[in-house]
Amino acid sequence: MSAIYCREVRSHFTTMTGWLFGAFILLFGGIYTMALCLNGSYAEFEYVLGNMSFVYLIVTPILTMRVLADERRQKTDQLLYALPMSMTKIVLGKYFALLTVLAVPIAVMGLYPLILSAYGNVNLAAAYASLLAFFLLGAALAAVGMYISSVTDSIVANAAICFVAVLVNYYLASLAGYAPSSSTSALAALYFLSALAAAVLLHLTQNPAAGLAALAVCAGGVTAAWFLARDAFEGLLPALFEKLCLFEAFMSFMDGVFDWTAICLLVSAAAVFVLLTVQSMEKRRWSA
Amino acid sequence: MIEVSHLTKRYGDHTAVSDLSFTVPDGQIYGFLGPNGAGKSTTMNIMTGCLAATAGSVVIDGHDIFDEPLAAKQRVGYLPEIPPLYTEMTPAEYLHFVGRAKGLSGEKLKSEVGRVCRRTDIVPVQSRLIRHLSKGYRQRVGLAQAMLGDPSIIILDEPTVGLDPAQIIEIRQLIRDLGQEHTVLLSSHILPEVQAVCGHILILSHGKLVASDTPDNLERLFAGQTTVRLTADGRADEADAVLRGIAGIRYTLEPGETAQAVVTADDPQAGPDELCRRLFFAFAGAQLPILALAADRASLEDVFLELTQDGGSSPAGAQAPALRAQDVVGPGGESLAGGDSLPQGDEAAEASAADAPAGGDAGRQTPAAPAEGGDEA
Repeated sequence: MSAIYCREVRSHFTTMTGWLFGAFILLFGGIYTMALCLNGSYAEFEYVLGNMSFVYLIVTPILTMRVLADERRQKTDQLLYALPMSMTKIVLGKYFALLTVLAVPIAVMGLYPLILSAYGNVNLAAAYASLLAFFLLGAALAAVGMYISSVTDSIVANAAICFVAVLVNYYLASLAGYAPSSSTSALAALYFLSALAAAVLLHLTQNPAAGLAALAVCAGGVTAAWFLARDAFEGLLPALFEKLCLFEAFMSFMDGVFDWTAICLLVSAAAVFVLLTVQSMEKRRWSA
Repeated sequence: MIEVSHLTKRYGDHTAVSDLSFTVPDGQIYGFLGPNGAGKSTTMNIMTGCLAATAGSVVIDGHDIFDEPLAAKQRVGYLPEIPPLYTEMTPAEYLHFVGRAKGLSGEKLKSEVGRVCRRTDIVPVQSRLIRHLSKGYRQRVGLAQAMLGDPSIIILDEPTVGLDPAQIIEIRQLIRDLGQEHTVLLSSHILPEVQAVCGHILILSHGKLVASDTPDNLERLFAGQTTVRLTADGRADEADAVLRGIAGIRYTLEPGETAQAVVTADDPQAGPDELCRRLFFAFAGAQLPILALAADRASLEDVFLELTQDGGSSPAGAQAPALRAQDVVGPGGESLAGGDSLPQGDEAAEASAADAPAGGDAGRQTPAAPAEGGDEA
C-alpha cells in the first residue's frame, strides 16, 4: 500500500493536479480571509471556510478526475491488477494520497487563525474544529470523485459527472425546501430507492435472484414501516435530503458547535464511497 | 508450472475463450500463437489475475489464481500487450515503485532493480522520463518490470509488436536468455517469431486450442504431399510440353513468360528426391536447363493458416503423419532460413518477422496439407 501511496503523491505533485488543487484552495482561502477577517474585521475564521466551501465544486473534479480513469486510459490498470496486492490496499493507497494532497493547502490555512489571533480575539477551538470539518468534507467529496473516476473511462466525462454530483449535493439542502413533505411522497421515494438499490445489486452481481430478494426485503420493510408508524413518514423526504447533504453537515460547524453526527456522516460517506470504488474496480475484472 | 484447465470466458453472448486446457512445464519457452482475436490476450489476462474467468481454473506453481491470488501473482511476471508504464516517471523510479509494490524493500529492492536494468540493457536511459523513451526502450522497461522479484513464470503478451527488426532480434535474444532460468509463455501472431524462440507451440483459434506440439512436429504432421517448385531456362510453353510427357504428376504453370511451375506427385508416398530426379532427366532430355528446383516444405505458416482459418479442424488428417523431415532436399521454403532443423531460425527469419505474416510466403500455392476444406487462397 505504501508503494501505491508514495507513487500517487509523487504523481499528484509532478503533474499539475496537486499544485492546481492547492492553488485554488489557497487562493479562495486568501480572498475570503482578506475580505472577511482583515477588511470586515470578523474574528471568526470559520466564516471564511463556510463561505469558501463552494471551491470544492471546482477542485474535487480537478483532484479526482484522473485517479483511476487515467490508469485505464494508459492501460496501467493491468499492472495494478497483476500486482500481488489486494484491490482494497491499492484503492486505499490512492485514497490516502488524495487526502495528503488535500491536507497540504489545509495545513497552510491552519496558520491563518494563528496570524489572526495576533490582532484580535480568535476562538481557536471553533476555527480548528471547522478546519477539520472542512478537511473531512473534502475527504468525503474526494471519495465520491474517486468512485466516479472508477466507473467512467473518459477524463472529461469524469470531471463533468463529478462536478454535477458535487453541485447537486451542494444544493441538496436548498432543494430539500421544495421536496414534498407528505407521507405518501416519502413512501413513493422510499419505494424508488428500494428499486434503485435492487437495480444496483442486480448490476453488480448479474444475479436476478439477488436483485429480486433485495427488492422484496427493502420494499417489504418500507411497507411494514408504513403500516406501523405512518407518522414518521411525514416530512421524511426533506429531512432525508438535508441529512444527505455533505455541505450541510459541514455548515453545522459554522455556529461554533462540534457536531459529532456531522463528523460521522462525512467519515461514513467517505468509507462507503471508498468501498464502492473497491467493488467497482473488482467488478472490472469480470466485465472489462 | 502453469496448469490451465477448462478455462472459459464469455462476454455476454460472445465466447472469447472456450474450454481451454493446457500445461506449461517448468523451464520451457511456450508460444501462444493465433490470429488477432483468437483469445490469446484474454487467456493471458486471466492467467495473471487481471480478468476473472467464467469457468475453469488456473493453477500457478500449485496456487490457484482465483483462490490464492496473492501467492499466485507473486510467482508471475506479466508484460501486457501495451506496457503498463507511468510515463511521467523515469525507469528507475518506475521499477522501484513496482518492486516495492511486489513486496521488495531495502537492499534487495536496490539490487533487483539494478539486476533487471542490466539484463534489459536500460541502464543508460534509467534517469530519463519514460515518455521520452523510444518504443523499444519502453518495451524493455515493461520487460524489466515483469522480471522484478525474480518470478518463476514470465508471461509476455506480444512482446515484439511495433519494434524494428534490430530491436526484435535483441528482445528475442533476451527472451531466449530468460528461458534459461524462467518458464516463459509468450504470445504472438507472428509465426517466425514463435518458431525462432519457442520450444513448444500452442495454437489458438476462436478461443479454442487447436494444436499443441513442438514446431518440428507440427510441420511434420502437415507435410502430406510432395511438391516441387521448378524454374527452367526456357519459355512457359516449352516447359508445358516437357511436363505433359511425365506420367504420374500434376502441375500448374505460373503465369508469365518464364518457365516456372509447381509440380506435385500423384503418389503421396513418393519422396521429393524421386520427383526431382524425374524432372531433371525429362528436362535434360528436352535440352531445357533447370535453373532452380526446390522441394516445398509445409511451413508452419501453412499449418497455422490451415488450423486457424476453417474454424480449427483437427490436424490429425488420415494421411498426415508421414515422417518426412529427412526427405527435404535443396533449399527449404522461403520462410525457413536454411534447410536444417528449426528452432534456431536465425537472422534471416528474424528480419522477415517485421513484415510477416502475409509477407513471408507470398506466392505460395494452397496449403500442402490435406484437410477437409483448406483452400482459402
